[in-house]
Amino acid sequence: MATSSFNPGELANLLKDFPILSREVHPGVSLAYLDSAATSQKPASVIDAMDEYYRRTNANIHRGIHMLAEEATAKYEDARQKVARFINAHSEREIIFTRNTTEAINLVAYTWARANLKNGDLVILTEMEHHSNLVPWQILASERGIRLEFIPVTDEGLLDLDAYQQLLAQEPRLVSFMHMSNVLGTINPASEIVRMAHAAGAVALVDGAQSVPHFPVDVQDLDADFLAFSAHKMLGPTGIGVLYGKEALLNAMPPFLGGGDMIKKVMLRSFSANSLPHKFEAGTPAIAEGIGLGAAVDYLTHTGMDRIAAYEHELTSYALDRLSEVSGLTVIGPRAELRGGVAAFTLADIHPHDVAQLLDREGLAVRAGHHCAMPLHQRFDLPATTRASFYLYNTRADIDRLASALERVKKLFG
Amino acid sequence: MDDLYREIIIERYKDPLYRGELNPHDITFEDENPLCGDHIRIDLRVDEHGTVTEAAFSGHGCAISQASADLLLESVIGKSLDEVRGLGKQDILDLLGIELGPVRLKCALLSLKVLKAGVYGMGEASDDLVED
Ligand SMILES: Cc1ncc(COP(=O)(O)O)c(C=O)c1O
Repeated sequence: MATSSFNPGELANLLKDFPILSREVHPGVSLAYLDSAATSQKPASVIDAMDEYYRRTNANIHRGIHMLAEEATAKYEDARQKVARFINAHSEREIIFTRNTTEAINLVAYTWARANLKNGDLVILTEMEHHSNLVPWQILASERGIRLEFIPVTDEGLLDLDAYQQLLAQEPRLVSFMHMSNVLGTINPASEIVRMAHAAGAVALVDGAQSVPHFPVDVQDLDADFLAFSAHKMLGPTGIGVLYGKEALLNAMPPFLGGGDMIKKVMLRSFSANSLPHKFEAGTPAIAEGIGLGAAVDYLTHTGMDRIAAYEHELTSYALDRLSEVSGLTVIGPRAELRGGVAAFTLADIHPHDVAQLLDREGLAVRAGHHCAMPLHQRFDLPATTRASFYLYNTRADIDRLASALERVKKLFG
Repeated sequence: MDDLYREIIIERYKDPLYRGELNPHDITFEDENPLCGDHIRIDLRVDEHGTVTEAAFSGHGCAISQASADLLLESVIGKSLDEVRGLGKQDILDLLGIELGPVRLKCALLSLKVLKAGVYGMGEASDDLVED
């Protein structure tokens, strides 16, 4: 990899930015947080930006004339610009703030899809999707009779692009897929999948919940029509997410929720919708959280997404090596070169809940279950897995702790 | 290593005394905990006085759910169905001898939920069955 990751001094400084990492989780037991795919920890700069907003600026945005309202509006809209630059959108009008990835995908399902899809139209998804990119389309399927097809997942945990090519012959209207799997870690060839979708005349939605936080994502390179992601997985707060959409598409879509802020004009029996992005943002938004997201983007940009990706890649390779030394442990998903910082595994026939609980005793925070991807687990014939996931604040020491704790779990159940 | 994994729990998980199926049976019920994919089936034989004479469980799950099923069935043999209907959350916690957080509590209570749904002859197991 061309880009260098962090040197030990940089890493030590970076760790100090995350206050939570210095807490004990049990008496005398320090935290090794290996659950960033669920939600990331927050640097002090993000916490401070939100704290500062409430202490000094708090006011409702967009309508007020007073100083606080103007400051609050400026900060909130400034965050939108930061997000637009971060993913290289043409304009901040293409950045719709939502609550999270889930709401961003639902927004497309409730507006674009309801305006454009009819009985019999095909939507292509994949077998590896998170429930948030399955259920909205299932709801639409039962409501309107749209058809769903799924790009299969190979035994190695990759999308079968030949099968995808064949599905495209059925002229789908939409292809909606995850950029990176939250279970397999697979980084899908998103630009290629989008290009193929466009060649078949379909619109492409990319679930960027696991990609945008971890490596550079450029919507111009990707050429996706929609990209959804959550602030809380990229060092930002919960309660705010993003739907990026190409401006022409967003303009042609009907609004989502109705209410204040999304209107230009309201009469007793009718309204006209506001311009982008406000058209899709009814009611008072998560203002502090938007500002927190802006601070998170600053942190990531300042640290360098290339370097974060390079560091996580090293860490993931190391983790896969260390985990492969634990006998009876099987990691699902592809080899290190094709994946991001996620390792879901089984350990002999020990139930993942037991594994996670015992790891917690040693201060290791991992996740056990189906990780909101039940169909994917069924595909691999597994009821559940244990998942360790990494971010820029994890170290080799965390992984060493994980590997040796897993040995002790095995011994207890041996 | 940990209180939750007291010897009795590991022991009953590894070598359960009441694992299996009873065919024929008088009562059978199965259900799962969708959160973790745990699945438990319980079969009972009951005599003419309404007393449980034999019990067995099958399925799969974590140590807490399996051990609690095994201990629960041990405790109901010789009890009347009325007594079984009266069992609650605290009885399971007493059997296990541990404290549990909300997530693991669901694992521990799955077998009681299945047992009571079967005894009540319900179509579906409800969480209300295991509230105290
Ligand atoms: C790939 C993927 N998509 C969607 C989501 C849903 O994100 P959120 O819960 O923030 O809406 C997640 C997070 O769990 C995810 O990993």
